[in-house]
Amino acid sequence: MRYLPLTDADRSSMLNRIGVSSVDDLFVDVPAAARFDGTFDLPDHMAEFAVEGHMSKMAGRNTTTADVPSFLGAGAYRHHIPASVDHLTQRGEFLTSYTPYQPEISQGTLQALFEFQSMVALITGMDVANASMYDGATSCAEAVLMARRVTRRNRALVSGSVHPHYSAASETQAKYVDIKIDICDPDLDGTEDLTDQIDDETACVVVQNPGVFGHVRDLSPLAAVCQEKGALLIVVVTEAVSLGAMQSPGEMGADVVVAEGQSIGNPQGFGGPYVGLFAAREKYVRQMPGRLCGETTDVDGKRGWVLTLSTREQHIRREKATSNICTNAGLCALAFTIHLSLLGENGFRDLAMLNHARASQLADRLADVDGVEVLPEAFFNEFAVRLSKPAGEVVDRLAARDVLAGVPASRLYGAGTELDNILLIAASELTTFEDMDALVAALSEELS
Amino acid sequence: MADRKYTEDHEWVEVDGETGVIGISDYAQEQLGDVVFVELPDVGKVLDQRDEAAVIESVKAAAEVYTPVSGEVIEVNEELNNDPSLVNSDAHGEGWFAKLQLTDPTELDALMDEATYKTFVESLS
Repeated sequence: MRYLPLTDADRSSMLNRIGVSSVDDLFVDVPAAARFDGTFDLPDHMAEFAVEGHMSKMAGRNTTTADVPSFLGAGAYRHHIPASVDHLTQRGEFLTSYTPYQPEISQGTLQALFEFQSMVALITGMDVANASMYDGATSCAEAVLMARRVTRRNRALVSGSVHPHYSAASETQAKYVDIKIDICDPDLDGTEDLTDQIDDETACVVVQNPGVFGHVRDLSPLAAVCQEKGALLIVVVTEAVSLGAMQSPGEMGADVVVAEGQSIGNPQGFGGPYVGLFAAREKYVRQMPGRLCGETTDVDGKRGWVLTLSTREQHIRREKATSNICTNAGLCALAFTIHLSLLGENGFRDLAMLNHARASQLADRLADVDGVEVLPEAFFNEFAVRLSKPAGEVVDRLAARDVLAGVPASRLYGAGTELDNILLIAASELTTFEDMDALVAALSEELS
Repeated sequence: MADRKYTEDHEWVEVDGETGVIGISDYAQEQLGDVVFVELPDVGKVLDQRDEAAVIESVKAAAEVYTPVSGEVIEVNEELNNDPSLVNSDAHGEGWFAKLQLTDPTELDALMDEATYKTFVESLS
């Protein structure tokens, strides 16, 4: 179809034909209160170079995490992305490929997805992983729905360690499904014990490790209780790099692991696009959501890949599909796969240990600042601190000094709670000692 | 052969006293193609006539199996978990799905007998 703008004559001819006098008449069904009744003050056309200049000027007003010392995390982390990741993902064969239904023309994409699944299963300690979800939060919501299908129970217990955006996404998805979501109070000190709240009606327990306030916990005792009660243990991981340094959720007894994969190969990018990881025990494979890629052999006995177990999906099972997701985060999953391949097992472990070392150094330095109390004893690369002043205001003042100090808990839980003075601070392999100096100096001044 | 009755959706029920075994017809398995998975009901589940009793997945489709009669599930064919292709190889025998304790045997009267079903299937082609 050609794209040609309409002339006034075209427009009036069409309006005449359907019997209205103006384009505005097409919107009379929208309540008057919701209609914009005025003219838009938009600039006239500009030359391409002028638009470029205009846009760059606007973009220049952003303070990005690459420009200044940044300690932002809370589910979106800044890590180094090797140039080769971008170079490879930009190749036309990958970049322009759509849903690989036809294995005869899509072996490259399918193999990449298969490798992605294998890596996700490996780092989460699970048997099987799908070819990705939209992001960590929707992955979490899908796991809750899956637990309902598996257990045929209707209550999900969400730990106070879970990032509130993840709980909110689960609540949204559960709204029109018969499942009750019980969300526990924020687990600021990392001592939550859910044992008494798990009963024979509990479909699943959702817990995050490291928790949203940074606490790293051994989930084995919780896994044992879940198993005894027949509830699925869903483990949320918002920082995928942590899987390189910690015992995997699978080893601790998780039934399902859902994670945000952004940290590996993908930029923070104002919140997306990201890639959700979803992995489970093999016995649940037919109840899993989303796309699965499987290995097979062709007529000549050669190794190849196809989408498999598609009867779970909505293009075949319609309203009884395991999920209404109808795509995957293919390109972000590819970036994840390439980056993790480049790191290798040892590199991934080293990267994780470096993240932890940087965060530990930072926590030690902050602990010496008056008005700062580091809360978790065991953490990975992010930890909550309690400040002597409301964290939101401190963060604003530090941002004005070109230090992005972290994410105030009030951004996640709303202002006016007992969490007002709580700040989440993240470090990574990119955190330099100069960055730490800047944060320590600025915080010391603001809190004195 | 015991008293086997059919539905227009190609399920069958074979009644023996107060129990009935349900499955799908040979015509149905042929239409579905290679069966790769069967989701069976839980034992103890009470089904009304035409409730979904099982789901069959073939290589290219998923189909619900509706029970031809009302009753409580007292046994399911666990063999199908290991070898779903029994539905293809022996739809009227080893490929059975579940055994029900019938609650309303009068429902059988409205179902088709072997000969009527055969005529019905022929009319479809």
